[in-house]
Amino acid sequence: MNITVKLFASFRTGRFEIESRDYPPGTSVADVADSLKLPRHELGIMMINSRHVKLDRLLAEGDTLALFPLLGGG
Amino acid sequence: MDKIARIDMGAAGGPKVTVGDLGQYAGLGGRAMTSLMVAAEVHPLAHALGAENKLVISPGMLSGTTGSMTGRLSVGCKSPLTGTIKESNAGGQAAQVLARLGYAAVVLEGKPEGDDLYKIVINKDGIQVIADNSLKLMDNYPLVAKLRQEYGDKVAYMTIGSAGERKLLAASIACTDPELRPTRHCGRGGVGAVMGAKRVKAIIIDDAGMKMRPPKDPEKYRDANRKFVEGLRKHPVTGEGLPAYGTNVLTNVLNEAGGYPTNNFKSGQFAESASLSGETQAALEIQRGGSATHGCHRGCVIQCSGIYNDKDGNYVTKQPEYETVWSHGGHCGISNLDTVARLDYMDDNIGVDTIEMGVTIGVAMDAGLAEFGDDAAAIRLMEEVEKGTPLGRILGSGAAITGKVFGVERVPVVKDQALPAYDPRAIQGIGVTYATTTQGADHTAGYAIATNILKVGGDVDPLKTEGQIELSRNLQIATAAIDSTGMCLFIAFAIMDQPETFQALLDMLGSFNGITMTGDDVVALGKKVLSAERDFNTRAGFNKHHDRLPRFFYNEPIAPHNQTFMMKDEELDEVFNW
Repeated sequence: MNITVKLFASFRTGRFEIESRDYPPGTSVADVADSLKLPRHELGIMMINSRHVKLDRLLAEGDTLALFPLLGGG
Repeated sequence: MDKIARIDMGAAGGPKVTVGDLGQYAGLGGRAMTSLMVAAEVHPLAHALGAENKLVISPGMLSGTTGSMTGRLSVGCKSPLTGTIKESNAGGQAAQVLARLGYAAVVLEGKPEGDDLYKIVINKDGIQVIADNSLKLMDNYPLVAKLRQEYGDKVAYMTIGSAGERKLLAASIACTDPELRPTRHCGRGGVGAVMGAKRVKAIIIDDAGMKMRPPKDPEKYRDANRKFVEGLRKHPVTGEGLPAYGTNVLTNVLNEAGGYPTNNFKSGQFAESASLSGETQAALEIQRGGSATHGCHRGCVIQCSGIYNDKDGNYVTKQPEYETVWSHGGHCGISNLDTVARLDYMDDNIGVDTIEMGVTIGVAMDAGLAEFGDDAAAIRLMEEVEKGTPLGRILGSGAAITGKVFGVERVPVVKDQALPAYDPRAIQGIGVTYATTTQGADHTAGYAIATNILKVGGDVDPLKTEGQIELSRNLQIATAAIDSTGMCLFIAFAIMDQPETFQALLDMLGSFNGITMTGDDVVALGKKVLSAERDFNTRAGFNKHHDRLPRFFYNEPIAPHNQTFMMKDEELDEVFNW
């Protein structure tokens, strides 16, 4: 299935900002993070289609997955 | 900090300085000092620009010590913008320097007759109030440059630009950073107009000959501070994200979450947000020879600010904050960081709140004064404020006034103060804070974004109402306490996640005074401050019906989540029910 993956802040270093990627059905957020060698403990904010999700959430065809490290501001 | 200076600007024969002991205000600092004093001493129905109002300037409880992050300065008064009590705090050098001189508060009272303009010089020998009409209508950058010729570079300056002198409701008070740039502002609520009404143009604070404030238990204080700094360096937000990208790292986060108010709150996402992002901004700053990492005061270990240069490498402004990049950027449909940086400079120079001004320009665009996305028009509107034209005075008086003058229905304000950069329809928790805080719409008063969006300090679903009241209540209590310590609020990211860092903060507060501080003591302090503020507002005529968002947030769903603000009135009325 086709998934749009967006990376932000330090996650972009040595990777990419946005890519359209193929994953097999049954792929979870954790699987994507692993495939990109993103350490799980560094994952701060995870969103699919603008909604927060957890690591075990399964992806569906056409989803946009956004991954951020822990961030703050204001 | 064992004394309070009161300066009666309206005394017969000229301004009169009285220095007294702390009395009922012993042990207080920052927001606790300003709010308790305003609540006790200012008539709640006073005209905010009249002689009855007071401008209370107070360093935090730990300011002027060797403690890290202790450089916040609080300014309090009755707000001319909201009519409520107001506390607005800023970084920069002023808090540390004022605290070392021993002042727990400097209070500007009364109002002079005539139109003489004054500067106040505070040093180890005392306080002098000097008429100086050569400063009239100067803006902050040239004003500080002129004052530096006389008072040098080893002092801190607090100043108002032309907006404060003109008593515009968005007027701020600028505090200089370590390199003497007037970039750190007590921005919100028109505190600069109150200083202008008292005809005070500049306060020059010189701590030559003074030492760091000594803790009662120096060894324990040093140890607690070391652990506190370790905690800040260890946490990903305070140790990595904020130093590398600054607060504007939030542009992409909020846009992705659908909570980025665009074109005056018509959509929750901005198609061109990437060009405004913190990632883009930090890269540009480094590429142009500026800096993406800079501290607003000495002793800051987070270093969330930066230096923004133009394409030729010349200084434009300090790194614009997320809220500024939003208000002058996406809120106005503008996607050019150079435009935002120029507007940020103009805000700092004229001396106006960047949130209020940016939101106002977006409201003016909604009124048809300019097109959304028209960079040149946004700059032109700011030039009107700079010149003090009738249009400029309307704009400089904020979003609520501008909306009324031009007949705009969608005006994002609570208690007439502009909403910051988070849409309450996509983030219900921050809507609770906007509606109920004593300050008028203010994200910092109870930063529900942390748990709703950033997943720091817990996890509450931003699109649901469950848990939001309790969250906002707890954050508002904690914030009122932190705002009293002199600590930068960004320490909250680390202390919410790391119990040992919170304990280090308690140990700093305790060992400085030779006592033991507990979490319950901090909560009690926060409640005491909020209760005093609520009491003032009640006596000023505010009731639960003012603790609401504008109706369009209840009636107009916003994309992409197509939700409205769903918190019930009865729920909002429970926030302060402790």
